[in-house]
Amino acid sequence: MNVKRLTRGVQPILAILACVLIIGIPLYLLVITSFKSDAEAQVPDLSLPTTWHIVENYGRAISDGDVLGGLFGSLLVTVPSVFGVLVLGSAASWVLARRSSKVMGLLYSVGISGIILPPAVVTMVLTLQSLGLDGSALGMIGVYMGMFMATAIFFTTGFVRNIPVELEEAARIDGASPFTVYLRVVLPLLRPVIATAAILVTLSVWNEVFYAFFVLSGSGASTLPLNLFNVASQSEYVKNWNLIFAYVVLMSIPMVVTFIIAQRRIVAGVTAGAVK
Amino acid sequence: MTVRTDTPEPGPLRGRRRGGTTRRDYRRIGVPDASRRGATAQRSAYPAWFLWPAFAILAVFFLLPTVLNFVYAFTNWSAYHDGVDFVGWQNFQALLGNGDVLIALRTTLIWALLVAVLQNVFGFALALFFERDSRINRTSRAIFFIPVLISPLAIGYIFQALLKPDGALNGMLGGLLGETVSIAWLGDTTWTIVVVSIVQSWKWMGLSMLIYLAGLKSIPEDVLEAAKIDGAGWWRTLRSVRFPLLAPAVTFNVATALLGSMNGFDTVQATTKGGPAGTTEVLNIFIYRTFGQGLYAQATTMSLILFLVVILLAFPIIWALRRREKQLL
Repeated sequence: MNVKRLTRGVQPILAILACVLIIGIPLYLLVITSFKSDAEAQVPDLSLPTTWHIVENYGRAISDGDVLGGLFGSLLVTVPSVFGVLVLGSAASWVLARRSSKVMGLLYSVGISGIILPPAVVTMVLTLQSLGLDGSALGMIGVYMGMFMATAIFFTTGFVRNIPVELEEAARIDGASPFTVYLRVVLPLLRPVIATAAILVTLSVWNEVFYAFFVLSGSGASTLPLNLFNVASQSEYVKNWNLIFAYVVLMSIPMVVTFIIAQRRIVAGVTAGAVK
Repeated sequence: MTVRTDTPEPGPLRGRRRGGTTRRDYRRIGVPDASRRGATAQRSAYPAWFLWPAFAILAVFFLLPTVLNFVYAFTNWSAYHDGVDFVGWQNFQALLGNGDVLIALRTTLIWALLVAVLQNVFGFALALFFERDSRINRTSRAIFFIPVLISPLAIGYIFQALLKPDGALNGMLGGLLGETVSIAWLGDTTWTIVVVSIVQSWKWMGLSMLIYLAGLKSIPEDVLEAAKIDGAGWWRTLRSVRFPLLAPAVTFNVATALLGSMNGFDTVQATTKGGPAGTTEVLNIFIYRTFGQGLYAQATTMSLILFLVVILLAFPIIWALRRREKQLL
């Protein structure tokens, strides 16, 4: 009993300590370095800046690192990819979940294989070139949709299978077409799982950089992670940590703010799909 | 409770084909409309054109490049000459001959294994530690989820700064020990792969934690009650009751961490770029580097090898994890 009371008393202190040491220090280093002068940021440590260069650093990150261009590119790629994957993926999932032939089983396996199988990155570039889409936002959207369609199909198919089919039956008997049944009956019920998939796909696309290197580098289009890479690679030996970290802070703000606002729903959404 | 049944309904058959039965007939006799009924009824109620757009995207942007991977790995496609000719197994021979494939493959496997183990150990420990629904624990869970939201490239840069020989970690250690510490955390040919795996696990442990937490919360109260009545302590309950019941969460976490990090790139690129001396060069860094050098066919061959290795690993791993679930649940 005493041990239990002791752990109850000590656990909150340890929890705070864990947050500060494990998560707090790296994030503190990130933020505090982004406020330092060029000279001081050369050796990034945990000390406070002697002179604060907040406006200057963030201003330079925005202008030199082309934050606005990257933001525009990231939005241009992320919004249609996420939207497209959810609309097309959930429509396909409905039919995949409801029809039970061998062909459907095979199609489902193909549809979700992308969760595990790595997309062929080099020949992806070749495919885009032959379509005239290499280096374009449209090509990038196609690539991301191809990559994350599997996530949407995996989550929504599992969800549809748990929706009682009578709900659709009733509408169908009233003479509704399949499209109406899907739009009016099924889609509204899918809202929680679509939210889950939306969160996961948005996070993945927003932060993705490997495939973006292959598809977008050398073209006019860019994304926030690509610009971050350029800022960090400007010189091989001397790193302007203050600018790199100002850029990281700016780039992370949309996701972190969204998370803080919608924290409960996101936590529930992320876990809902994984554990059945 | 799902209504879907997997055995054919003993329906009022009108004629040869079960599909000839209408939904009304089923309703009339009170049989719920199961999805596995007539193929024709299914086809009209769930038309195939709902599938086409999604699978067209998959065909063009996922399947086609995969198929081309199998073709172009056997060519001399490169930036240095026009035209592409078949060269048989030359790329494989070249890559196997100088040992590049085996080294990169070994590095990738070690990396993926380390990440899968560390991320799950950290995530599970955090889930147990923050399990009670107190205010501090709820906030702590949210804080541990923040790294999941930040780009892995950015995380890599943060840790590069933290782990430099003159960086913040050595500074703190020096302060504790009272002497100058200058360990090259990212410059060791043996241990840096472990350090980078810890960084990657640090980024993703918040996600594993949430999934384990959801699993822990879904364990029925009466099961735990029964264990308690049987006199099981905290450790015994965890080992014999709670951990086995977490099998689906383990399957998901281990499979995604292991197979996902086979395709890893960002964290390694941002912390070490594959160094020192190539000891952290995972397959995707190799592909990125050779592609940048214009050796497209070699990069394609490596990409094909990655694909095949992931397939070879995925089937037995998922099969084993699923079988484990069935045995435990």
